[in-house]
Amino acid sequence: MEYSNKVMEHFMNPKNVGEMENPSGVGIVGNAKCGDIMKVYIDVENGIIKDAKFKTFGCGAAIATSSMATELVKGKNIQQALEITNKVVMEALDGLPPVKVHCSCLAEEALHAALWDYAQKNHIVIEGLKKPVEDIEHLHNH
Amino acid sequence: MKTNIYFDNAATTPVRKEVYDEILPYFMQYYGNASSIYTIARESKKALEKAREQVAKALNANIDEIYFTAGGSESDNFALKGIAEAMGKKGKHIITTQIEHHAILHTCEYLQQRGFEITYLPVDEYGKISLEELKNAIRKDTILISVMFANNEIGTIQPIKEIGAIAKEKGVYFHTDAVQAVGHVKIDVKEMNIDLLSLSGHKICAPKGIGAIYIKKGVAINPLIHGGAQEKRRRAGTENIADIVGLGKAIELANEEIEQNVTKVSALRDKLINGILEKIPYSKLNGHPTDRLPGNCNISFEFIEGESMLLLLDSKGIAASSGSACTSGSLDPSHVLLAIGLPHEKAHGSLRMTLEHYNTEKEVDIVLEELPAIVSKLRDMSPLYETFLKQQK
Repeated sequence: MEYSNKVMEHFMNPKNVGEMENPSGVGIVGNAKCGDIMKVYIDVENGIIKDAKFKTFGCGAAIATSSMATELVKGKNIQQALEITNKVVMEALDGLPPVKVHCSCLAEEALHAALWDYAQKNHIVIEGLKKPVEDIEHLHNH
Repeated sequence: MKTNIYFDNAATTPVRKEVYDEILPYFMQYYGNASSIYTIARESKKALEKAREQVAKALNANIDEIYFTAGGSESDNFALKGIAEAMGKKGKHIITTQIEHHAILHTCEYLQQRGFEITYLPVDEYGKISLEELKNAIRKDTILISVMFANNEIGTIQPIKEIGAIAKEKGVYFHTDAVQAVGHVKIDVKEMNIDLLSLSGHKICAPKGIGAIYIKKGVAINPLIHGGAQEKRRRAGTENIADIVGLGKAIELANEEIEQNVTKVSALRDKLINGILEKIPYSKLNGHPTDRLPGNCNISFEFIEGESMLLLLDSKGIAASSGSACTSGSLDPSHVLLAIGLPHEKAHGSLRMTLEHYNTEKEVDIVLEELPAIVSKLRDMSPLYETFLKQQK
């Protein structure tokens, strides 16, 4: 198994690591049991995602996809943000080893969970966005 | 400057110079088939028997009790399947442990599918089996007890002599997978009542793809590989003379140097373990504090994941391993760490560093300097750590 240079770049120097005070939306997906948790924060202003931050517990691919997904979503409107699928994240990273594809799915889910949270807080409906599957019991029981 | 520190000697070791030099003539000069009768082949036969003697001496076995194989996995398969086939009429029950190497566990699963019943003994928080539980597990139809000498992940050494005594008393064959122990722990198959023992070359600075099995005289076992009459008809196939020579030399050297190496390597290990536990909070040693392999350091770091640690260590030129799921290619972390009671998240955050005689104190110092920053960097990125800190407030 070998990571692309792009993955290593984002793993070694991840972009957008951190927390956010008063975020417009937060999404947490994954669980500690299977070894990956992603927490994504977004700051939305006038329908545009001004900023995104993340915290991730996980392998190199999990950290790199978090970095890339938050990087890609910045400056996008809600509809464009929804188009950032795991495939898009993966392509931006010049691919992932087959056993790591689920990390890119997690990045997509984390983004969608943050958007869902934003929509809930603002009582809006984002077309095409489904309720995220929450599986974070271990985070809280820790 | 990028350093180059190899702390993954339980995975494999480099071939020693003395071993390499000994092997070379057997590729182009003494290439004869040990079964042939002309002069050049006699050199091969001589080399084969010398190596057999070297292996036997290291284990205090008789020369005719050593059989060469293609490695530890083959020896394990041979022991389990060979005994199961030869003894299957007497009984179909085998006792092993939850923390064996996959060469044992997956062979047991295979035998289970063929009508054998396997008892997997649990281990305590340090990775040791209970002798009482072993005694209680023995039945009339038990044909084999297979307990590893020392664990490859957490380094815990089992009470082999006591297990051997129990097996002898009950009249059950005792096999031990000693792949990690050979060359690092003194072994005496007679004193320890061992009937079968697996060993591997590449864990003791011999090449990969060569191993041996000790089978006590009189043990009933069927061959795994059928064919020619090599190895007294117990293991067919033209002998891999060059690597057999390498294994012989490597085990001889390891045994000659065992005392000084154990002293040296355990001191390095203890410095590494104590240094890490002192410098890095929320870290915990896995395995037994004293009954452990001289070179084994296995520590769990809370709130972070192993593969990330390995990648960052690698970027500093340090090679190590982890029991995290991401390094195993499945979603489950190491079965050994789960068996000693670690919750999944702590098992994911384990780091194994395994030292050999050629490692130095300077290397330990460098790791102790680099590791705290690596753990902090990952913790600063971890939502688990963030939650933990908030709860502390």
